[in-house]
Amino acid sequence: MTAKNVRQIVLDIIADIAPDESVDSIDDSKSLREQLDLDSMDFLDIVMELRKRHKVEVPQEDYPKLATLESCVAYLSPKFA
Amino acid sequence: MNDTQRIVMTGIGLTAPNGNNLREFRDALLNCKSGVAHAEIRYMGKQAAGLCHFDEFKYQSKKLRRRGTRAGSISIYCANEALQDSKLEWDKMDKSRVGVYLGITEHGNVETEEEIFQMHQNGLDWKLWSPHHNPRTVANSPAGEVTLNLHITGPHYTLGSACAGGNVGIIQGVQQLLLDEVDVAFAGGVSESAQTFGIFAAFAAQGALAHHEDATKASRPLDKNRNGIAISEGGCIYILERLSDAKKRNAKIYAEIVGYAINSDASDFVNPNSERQIECMQKAMKKAGMSASDIDIVNMHATGTGTGDINETLAIRRTFSDSHKTFVNFTKGHIGHCMGAAGALELAGNIPSFEDGMVHPGMNCTDVDPECDMKNLVINSAKKIGTVNTILNNSFGMLGINSALIIKKYTA
Repeated sequence: MTAKNVRQIVLDIIADIAPDESVDSIDDSKSLREQLDLDSMDFLDIVMELRKRHKVEVPQEDYPKLATLESCVAYLSPKFA
Repeated sequence: MNDTQRIVMTGIGLTAPNGNNLREFRDALLNCKSGVAHAEIRYMGKQAAGLCHFDEFKYQSKKLRRRGTRAGSISIYCANEALQDSKLEWDKMDKSRVGVYLGITEHGNVETEEEIFQMHQNGLDWKLWSPHHNPRTVANSPAGEVTLNLHITGPHYTLGSACAGGNVGIIQGVQQLLLDEVDVAFAGGVSESAQTFGIFAAFAAQGALAHHEDATKASRPLDKNRNGIAISEGGCIYILERLSDAKKRNAKIYAEIVGYAINSDASDFVNPNSERQIECMQKAMKKAGMSASDIDIVNMHATGTGTGDINETLAIRRTFSDSHKTFVNFTKGHIGHCMGAAGALELAGNIPSFEDGMVHPGMNCTDVDPECDMKNLVINSAKKIGTVNTILNNSFGMLGINSALIIKKYTA
């Protein structure tokens, strides 16, 4: 799976979890929490949806690696390989 | 009585299966417009149910709707509608002196069923159990969602009281105002029960789930051919204030709450007890300083079950045997059984009688059961009775909880 595909998977999940937000103009290098109205419970939902939709597991110690869209793609791409 | 010891209703917000505000609801009740339709219920297929169609996002973001529950969404809608109706100067108010008291039949079944369903769909992976499950299912959840939405910092909780919930929520609001714990109470009842298959399946197992090929005719209280309860959702929240405060701000006053009572059958898990129902109505009238002939309208609980309707008829016949001016109606023929919301909603549907002098009819009682017949029963078409000054609202629930609430037209 390409990095572009992984990015889209994450964006689709964020769009469902934060339905009032526009995900079109996200800066990939900036913190998601700084750009969107996301809290710690929302990040748990992102982890949950990755598991439910794609059978991808994110251990608790790796949660900080989901901080930006860029870091999400870097961290998740090998799991989608 | 001192105005600080008189409690009045100054705002009403509601959603019912046949209306999303008091005007729509009253119009539907007067004109026998049903809110019951066939809905697809998980595992069971098509069932008669009363679902509400209010705009969930009128007062709540999509994200917070997703975070919360259907009962919370109903509560937020009703609370905001009531607040707007009351014309309270919300921005200037001390929110620590505002309380939220909501009666519920149950809470948490919808979320729990959904979590188990999702787990089954995903190979029993327990790690998919949502972190939101606990905040969604704690019993105070619907009232708590109202405080989050309106930034209320006073007390909030729900009153678990089965299908007496609507009346019990209002009574709690009255009591907290009388105790001077708060200055404004958001009080009433809500229910999301129609979103869970379990309640349908359980009533079916009891042989008490309403059915009819025409869903609008499924709920038939007092009718000879009634066959059970049509399960519905809904909500109704009142703004309650002390009369002294309402007068100060020249508020529109819908009614004064003058009597109430809650008691227990202590006799059966599900079967009603007409003796205790009589005691409950009598206690409410005693508190109001009234006798049976002072009551103009009695709104029955009347769910459409075999024994429930007969027992309540017995109780009303005996309580009002000496009153020739008391008219009796019921609401569940129109909307089904809105569970925790029923008492508050059904009371609201009768409040406009103070203005229009009409008694809305009970619907779908085309062949009245002789065991449920009584004098002055208003069925199938509205009746103009002239002046209406008092309404007694019955609401009963499982485990033998009875409630009766009496309101009076406000006169300065």
